[in-house]
Amino acid sequence: MAVQALKDYNFPSADSQDKFHGGQLLYVGWDDHLMFCAPFAFCLPPSMPFSELCEKVLPNSFGYHPEWAKVDFKAATWLKSGQPWQPDMSKTLAEQGLKHKDILRLKTPGLKGLAGSSS
Amino acid sequence: MDMHATKKKLGIKEKYAHMTRGLDWETSYQPMDKVFPQATFEGIKIHDWDKWEDPFRLTMDSYWKYQAEKERKLYAVLDAFAQNNGHLGLTDARYLNAIKLFLTGISPLEYVAHRGFAAAGRNFPGVGPRVACLMQSVDEMRHAQTQIHALSNYNKHYDGFHDFKHMLERVWYLSVPKSFFDDAFSAGPFEYMIAIGFSFEYVLTNLLFVPFMSGAAYNGDMATVTFGFSAQSDEARHMTLGLECIKFMLEQDPDNLPIVQKWIDKWAWRGVRVLTLVAMMMDYMLPKRVMSWKEAWEIYFEQNGGALFADLARYGITMPECLKQCSIDKEHIGHQAWATFYQYGGAAAFHTWMPSDDEMDWLSAKYPNTFDKYYRARFTHWRDEAEKGNRFYSNTLPMLCQVCQIPMLFTEPDDPTTICYRESDYDGEKYHTCSDGCKHIFDNEPQKYIQAWLPVHQIYQGNCFPEGTDPTVEGFDPLAKVLEWYHFDNGHDNLDFEGSRDQANFAAWRGMATKNT
Ligand SMILES: [Fe+2]
Ligand SMILES: [Fe+2]
Repeated sequence: MAVQALKDYNFPSADSQDKFHGGQLLYVGWDDHLMFCAPFAFCLPPSMPFSELCEKVLPNSFGYHPEWAKVDFKAATWLKSGQPWQPDMSKTLAEQGLKHKDILRLKTPGLKGLAGSSS
Repeated sequence: MDMHATKKKLGIKEKYAHMTRGLDWETSYQPMDKVFPQATFEGIKIHDWDKWEDPFRLTMDSYWKYQAEKERKLYAVLDAFAQNNGHLGLTDARYLNAIKLFLTGISPLEYVAHRGFAAAGRNFPGVGPRVACLMQSVDEMRHAQTQIHALSNYNKHYDGFHDFKHMLERVWYLSVPKSFFDDAFSAGPFEYMIAIGFSFEYVLTNLLFVPFMSGAAYNGDMATVTFGFSAQSDEARHMTLGLECIKFMLEQDPDNLPIVQKWIDKWAWRGVRVLTLVAMMMDYMLPKRVMSWKEAWEIYFEQNGGALFADLARYGITMPECLKQCSIDKEHIGHQAWATFYQYGGAAAFHTWMPSDDEMDWLSAKYPNTFDKYYRARFTHWRDEAEKGNRFYSNTLPMLCQVCQIPMLFTEPDDPTTICYRESDYDGEKYHTCSDGCKHIFDNEPQKYIQAWLPVHQIYQGNCFPEGTDPTVEGFDPLAKVLEWYHFDNGHDNLDFEGSRDQANFAAWRGMATKNT
């Protein structure tokens, strides 16, 4: 639906990819670990290998959680926009089709948060 | 000696009629639709502006008289409070953080409300609503001023009160109330009246002011209690204006119903999301609690609001669908919001802390279905870690909702262990929202919300550093630079209450006031 307005109403998006100095936004949430109150927002180079995201970026953000040390990326599964999605660790974000403002959810079977409370 | 019979004074009703009718004229240099360009574009049809009934019939001369009297009383109390070091009568210095939130998040909205009602009054072709909007506009200016004056006394003694205006336009969590009002103000005058006059002032106002004002009373903050009382009689008038406005629109033309219903649905949800801050304040920030957020929601919305919508049913208005979800959310949002501010407490202009054992027991008793099951383990863990010197501060920015701008902290209505993810595609770009309510609002007017100034994205774009900052230098610390741009006194305004300067000063000054050493 269109905005009811006095004049033509068309403005550019405030967050289009060209405004991020070569980076792209990627959101990542870790299911059943609500100790992190919301998914994280990252601004990353599209040329970053997915392995680097998992080995460097995510541990820095999620590492405070006592269960992070038990995360096994071989057993982990992913959702992209709520749908099952299979990453290729050796490919970059761009190569495996991750677009600006895509959202990933990391699921780590067996890990249910602090005292099993999904925290 | 002859007595001249003086002419009988006008009655209130006559006076009101003279003040509010027949004051305008048909313009001749410009056509009327150019003089009132905002009167029709929203699609609301008005056939007879004289059908507007103002139940208060307040004239400007009596308005000034009442308000002046209230001001005199208020400032007498404020002076006494300041002179007698009233701040040392607070229950606990943690309380100050609730009013820091009020000063930075709510008082500036009073000022924006002042501007909004002035604009609405200017744009309505009818004289009755114009006068009513004018008075509310002056009221709102008075609210902003009295709040700032009342709370300025705390600025002499405590951190975080020093630059609310600068912060409102920049700080990540203040973008929540700011964008709420910007959204209303950038709509037309009729939507503004439904947004602020009806949804906010009528449906939700009790959930905002009663908790803060009774919180103040329970915690010894007489300054805040007094401006609350001073504003209360205005609020009664504002609520009546909001209700009159909606009835007027609905009575004027049957085509107005679907438009009004759409706005009620939107603004009820926008308002509810802003109230998340109040929920957290009630459940966590008041050293002496008034009631839980859940109880407040049950009394002020489920009971009172239910009766209101039953009354509006005769016009065909129904309770917004999204509000039904609030009866689930009321069990969670206070805990979820406090957990958020606790972990981002490095970037807040107030202090955060973990509840004590007593307070956790209070939370268990008030939230028997949820607190122990979902939140106690998290909070206990954080407290234990803080005691070991490992206090949790999240080091990565959170994802925000495109509409309400709150971090995506809300959980699925049917599953409190899973974040609620919603997304829309518009013009080749993805937009994420926190709930069906926010997604619905986005999908209705995507062109409006794609422009949202989302603090997290703005930081990543490099727009939130002081002028001249070079983010490419070795060892650049983005958080420190963002806090500098916010005008936060890093290390004093933010971080945990435990170990804060507020905590130390309050204890020392109260000790001087109550002990001999
Ligand atoms: Fe107000
Ligand atoms: Fe939202």
